[in-house]
Amino acid sequence: MAACAPEWTDILRQMIFIRRFEEATEREFRRGKIGGYLHVYSGQEAVAVGVLSATKKGDIVFAGYRDHAHTLLLGSDPGRVMAELFGKATGISKGKGGSMHLFDVEHGFYGGYGIVGGHLTLAAGSAYALRYRETDRIAVCYFGDGAMNIGSFHEAMNMAGLWGKQGMCPVLFVIENNGYAMGTSVERHSALTDLAARIRAYNIQSEKVDAQDVFAVRGVADRVVKQIRETGQPYCIEAITYRFSGHGAADILQPYRSKDEVEQHKHRDPILILRNRLQEMCGLKDETVQGFEDEAAERVAAAVKFAEESPLPEGSELFTDIVAEHGPRPVAEDQVR
Amino acid sequence: MSEMSYRDAIRAAMMEEMDRNPSVLIMGEDIGIYEGTFRITAGMLKKYGPKRVIDTPIAEAGMVGTAVGMAMLGLRPIVEMMTVNFAIVAADQILNHAAKIRYFSGGQVDIPIVIRGPHGAGVQLSAQHSQSFESFYAHFPGLKVVAPGSPADAKGLLKTAIRGKDPVMFLESAALYGMKGEVPDDPDFTVPFGESRLAREGRDATVVSWGRMLQLSLIVAEKLAKDEGIELEVVDLRCLRPLDMEPVYASVSKTHRAIVVQEQWKPFGPGAEISASINEKMFDELDAPVARVTGEDVPMPYARNLELLATPHEEHVIAAVKRVMYR
Repeated sequence: MAACAPEWTDILRQMIFIRRFEEATEREFRRGKIGGYLHVYSGQEAVAVGVLSATKKGDIVFAGYRDHAHTLLLGSDPGRVMAELFGKATGISKGKGGSMHLFDVEHGFYGGYGIVGGHLTLAAGSAYALRYRETDRIAVCYFGDGAMNIGSFHEAMNMAGLWGKQGMCPVLFVIENNGYAMGTSVERHSALTDLAARIRAYNIQSEKVDAQDVFAVRGVADRVVKQIRETGQPYCIEAITYRFSGHGAADILQPYRSKDEVEQHKHRDPILILRNRLQEMCGLKDETVQGFEDEAAERVAAAVKFAEESPLPEGSELFTDIVAEHGPRPVAEDQVR
Repeated sequence: MSEMSYRDAIRAAMMEEMDRNPSVLIMGEDIGIYEGTFRITAGMLKKYGPKRVIDTPIAEAGMVGTAVGMAMLGLRPIVEMMTVNFAIVAADQILNHAAKIRYFSGGQVDIPIVIRGPHGAGVQLSAQHSQSFESFYAHFPGLKVVAPGSPADAKGLLKTAIRGKDPVMFLESAALYGMKGEVPDDPDFTVPFGESRLAREGRDATVVSWGRMLQLSLIVAEKLAKDEGIELEVVDLRCLRPLDMEPVYASVSKTHRAIVVQEQWKPFGPGAEISASINEKMFDELDAPVARVTGEDVPMPYARNLELLATPHEEHVIAAVKRVMYR
């Protein structure tokens, strides 16, 4: 039996890390260290990892408010991400955004957004800019099934479809279809429940994928990322997934779904599926997995420690970053960043 | 200097900036092949091509949202609203995205986007097409709000808007598009934001205004000077955010009386903010309460006679001047 490809063991390592990071954020929320809203990604890891591992440096990513995993996978420092959740000065958005507005331009993360569907238009426009500058970079835009009923969704899709005809909109839309718009199921919020089919109404190609299986996600992503890069046309993946935690940290009762339903889905835990697959395929060893667990625990503990020990933002920070503080930006600085 | 209409000054500002910087592009409804409802963009598609002059679907949120995405990546989109009334369809993109991303990202991106178009009352356009939005947009930190009252300021302020780093609501007075005035030819002529301008010197009372109401105020000032020997000092705010009140305070300390003239409705309008600021800063200097001349507090009617009753005219300004002067 051939040894496991490092790329795949690394994907497992990352998924384990994301899961443990999210579990830590839930603990810290209950400890009162994290305020506001907190939306964790547990159960959906294969969606973020499967697609982002197929992109390259220079590609840019937008997400909704369930955004911790995306920026971490792009290479953001976990300590600074945790510090943002703690509202600290060292946070990735200086403590001004919080869980819903992580932002790390240096690593290609153009933000988590709190208005459902609002960021889809931004992603389409940024994709236009990437082609306007004649680069081969692409934009990736994650959003939930719940984002598909608001005006911005339709306007973004239509404009992306139009611009795609000129090869001017290299964007990959990824529907993170976890079955619920907060507590309203797809059957109850979408007149047509075939979400991928809805996308095709805008002249955008789409397909569904079982997104508890990271192999399947990655397989689709490899193919479509290449296609988008070559054609400058948008594409949409409907990633069918499930969220194990509540919608947000305050969603404790979860009256919209049964405990039994959640337990059923936990049998299809994406981490478990990948682990089993690697065991079958290439004899993944338990100690390798344990090594990943230990490493994740260590990194998460270090992130929490960093966040806890970091200072609060200075009061003067209240008044910075509202508008540009200096005069016009020189033309020479107008570059695609 | 050249004599130029307000409309041509706006077009010249955009074309000079598009010539100067390939990052500048314009998008909007029927701005390309149709050349714009008010013909502001006439000739631009032909000159710059469809990548830089983008005809969009009727989708204001889509227009502004995509422009924000472009701006985050380093382009400088200008979004033409067929009328600024339609921008409220894009309110989420303007207020929740354009105005806030710099802040919640901790300053990681610039959002150089200009949203411009005709604003305020036209002629018999009725309730949905005649509104003024200064106070609506100026309420929000993160936005800049500009309302030029002359061709030169239209050009200079628009160039500043396009060269900047922040989202700008550029409110053009539809009623001034045909107005002519002297405009500097220098391609680097700009007018900075946040600098109110003394438009007319006087001694008896201070009139604060902007946009089309500035022109009304200046007409009234000439008339009162001629007919009654009253010399009004007129301050043109030009920018509602950032708002420069210093020239207003300086003027009030001389005249001790102030009148704000706005087309917008009275409740919670700019006049309330300006009046409150004068009260806070200049209370001991005032010889009369600050007066407000405003549009009537009604949706704009269609019938011409009713429309004329709904908007401020010379007699309203004259009555307010006399009120603060106790004459």
